[in-house]
Parts: sequence; structure tokens; C-alpha cells
Amino acid sequence: MQLIKSIFVMTLLTSLLSACGSDKSTNVVEPEPMTPVTYTYEVTLLNNTHNQPLSPITVLSHDGDYMPWQLGMSASLALEHLAESGDSSMMASDAAVYKSVSDTAPLMPGATYTVMIETNDENNYLSIISMLVNTNDAFTGLKQYDVAGWALGDSATFNLFVYDSGSELNSELAQTLPGPVAGGEGFNSERDDVDFVARHAGVVTMDDGLTQSALDQSHRFESIVAKAVIKRVK
Amino acid sequence: MKTPIINKQLKCLSVIMACSGMIVPVSAADLSIEITNLTQGIFFTPFIVASHETNQHLFQSGMAASPSLQMMAEGGDVSGLATDMTALGAMVITNPNMGLLAPGQSVAAFSLDSGAHTHLSLTAMLLPTNDAFAGLDAWPIPTTPGTYHILVNAYDAGTEANNELIVPGAGGPGALGIPADPTMKAGTGGSGLTSIDHNTTVHIHRGNLGDDMIDGGKSDLDNTVHRWLNPVIKVTITVQ
Repeated sequence: MQLIKSIFVMTLLTSLLSACGSDKSTNVVEPEPMTPVTYTYEVTLLNNTHNQPLSPITVLSHDGDYMPWQLGMSASLALEHLAESGDSSMMASDAAVYKSVSDTAPLMPGATYTVMIETNDENNYLSIISMLVNTNDAFTGLKQYDVAGWALGDSATFNLFVYDSGSELNSELAQTLPGPVAGGEGFNSERDDVDFVARHAGVVTMDDGLTQSALDQSHRFESIVAKAVIKRVK
Repeated sequence: MKTPIINKQLKCLSVIMACSGMIVPVSAADLSIEITNLTQGIFFTPFIVASHETNQHLFQSGMAASPSLQMMAEGGDVSGLATDMTALGAMVITNPNMGLLAPGQSVAAFSLDSGAHTHLSLTAMLLPTNDAFAGLDAWPIPTTPGTYHILVNAYDAGTEANNELIVPGAGGPGALGIPADPTMKAGTGGSGLTSIDHNTTVHIHRGNLGDDMIDGGKSDLDNTVHRWLNPVIKVTITVQ
């Protein structure tokens, strides 16, 4: 094995040297690195809601074709799992995902989570995703953000919007809310809502006219629910 | 070496294009415009899109609605705004979607030759509402070619009290009520949420309230279907 490697390096050196043609300088020619170049990004996420814990934050790196969600389109099964139960494992195990990292516990309002994620030249897009757990199927995140060409130390800050996966009716009934407010059911394969992803219209709550709701005024939110900061650190 | 005829033709074409490019004014802009409904329960009436000079507006926040804006915001009729803007020399496109824009759907990309105009505005009414509209007011058209995304909010025209009662045909200025509910999810028999318009200038809409009674209650709207949070549409503009 060692021998094969040496022969390969020698061949490489020979071809590189011969490519220099008449250049008679004695520069040492380094062979190209054999492993692909990787980059590391630090992702920090703040839960900016009043009383909506976020399911364990998941950060993905992937290529330009992978879309965790698309506005106006039906939610994938992986998104339905995430948005109804907070479980991102199906999304993280998608073949198109290069690296994925997840927190181990929900992120409480006002709390911050920081994690490192690796990219390479073929997988230079980042996505972030998490469920608002005291809802039927609300989620937040950042979709397919291109970090190609970032210099070391470059950073960007985002206000993250809240979306509705459209896969579960927003009944706000206790038995349908998996978060601490009710401990109800998470994933259910039935699609009893509009079946397309859009911006969320907010929760109504029992304090604002939905008698059957297990939510109260504290669970309401506006269109922005989280803040993210991405920084290239390696 | 044999040169295929097609290549020669292409060469001629590119020469023509290069020449004609030199006589087009520097400020001319061909815009490709796409509009996406970001909501899950709100329809939009036909849009009016206009490129125009500076200091011209379809609407202005904090100002009373013009009669033409009121006509659009209460009944979805953009003909008055189109007449007004055309008279000012604007380039106007109406109804690019050939009908209502449903929740989650997009108006397929259409083009607008903005010529030497410096600003772009657009608007359409939200249904079911009394007088809510999505509006982009005098967006400065960039001179740098590229694709631009604009998130657009919903405004209240301030011309009709938001009683949230479905009254078929109540689309004319002065006729109180929501003229239509394309979502088919509204109830009936509401007593009316309010008869007062506290701010009679154009302002950011406070949103539909709705209630959870299909019969009766104060509102005919459904509070789990007909609410929204801003923004309500996304406009993607490619400057060529």
C-alpha cells in the first residue's frame, strides 16, 4: 500500500515537473492535497419568542439541489415529521445532506444555541430548522443559504420567519400540541390542512377567540421568531 | 474548414444585438416580475403593476386613499388606478394572473418595459377583507442588473370599517361588507365586529380577527383560516 502511494506521488511529481517545460528552477513541487477542502461555520440561534420552546435546533450542510421546504409546495414527509413533532432525524438522514448537527434538548425562549458545522466545495449551502412545539405544525428556519466564497471571519445575521407546514389543521386542541403546554400527539400521517407550505398566520389562542384552544396569550408570536448568526471560523 | 450555416447566422445576430444595444438609452430597464402569495388562507384580486416617475404613487401610508384606491381596496377594481397612472405617463400592467391569485400560488413571471421610469408600484386587494390591500409604494428600480426580492405588507385603506361581514356584491365604495369569500370558509350571521374606522388614512392592517362560530358571533370570518401575519406577498424582480 505504502509502495503504491509512493509510486503515485512520484508519477504526480514527474507530470507536474514536466508540465513546467523549460523552467529549470529548483522549486519544490508540492502534490495537490488528496482530501477535499472543508470549511467550518459557527451557527448561533436565539429563540426570540415569548413562550414557544423550539424543538432541538438542527443545522444542515448540503448541495444546491436540496430544499428542506418550498413555499406553495406540499411538505415532504421529513418536513411533516419535523413540523408536527419536532423530530428532525428523517431530514438529517436525507442522502442529499452532507453534514447535520442537532441540539440535544429544546431551546427555551430567550436561550441561545451555538454549534459548528462543516461544509466543502460541493456542499456549500446551510439550512437551519426547528419546530415551535406549542403549535400544530409551525416551524422556523433558514433555507439553502449559500456560503460559497466566504472569507474566514465573514458573518451574517438573520431574522428567521415562522412557517406553517400545511400538513395539520391548526385546531390548537390539547391532544394535537406536542409541546409542554399540552403534551399531545406529535406526528400524524393524516394531511387534514391545505397541504402546502406558507407563512404562518399566528396562533389564535383561547384568549383571542378560539374557545377550544389549549393555548393562551403567552403563546402568540409575530412573523419573526428567531435570530441566527452564521460565521466562518475555519 | 466548413462553417455550419447556423453559426454564421448566430454571428450576424450577435452583431445586430451588439449594435442595437448601443442605441438603447442607458436608463432603459426590462423588468421580469413574479408575485407569490405567502398566505394559506387569503386570495388576491387582480394586481395592478406600474412603473412611473418619482413623486407618483398608487397609495401612500399616512395619506387618505384616493377614490381609485378605495375602489381597488374595497372591491378589487383596478380600472380607476390604471386610468390615473396612465394619465401620469406610467407604464401599467393589470391582471397579469388573469384572475384571482390563490393562497400559496404565484403569478407566473411577466415582463414590464419600464423605459426611463425610476420607480415601481403594485397593489391588489386581499379577500376576504373589508378594505385590505397588499401594496408596494414607489420602489426605486435598481440600475444594476440582478434579481431582487421584496416582501410586501398588507395595508388598511382606512375607507371602510372592518365589520368582517360577508355581503355579496358589497364591493362598491360606500357599500359596507366583504364582497366575496373565495376561500368558501367564512360563516354567516355575524353581528358585525365594528362600525368605526379609527384611522382613516392608509396604514398597516391590524389583521382579520375572525371568530370560532360558523353561525353568529361578531365576525363571519374564521379565526383559524382568515388571519395573516405580514408580509403577505413576495415580489421577485429581475432587472435585465
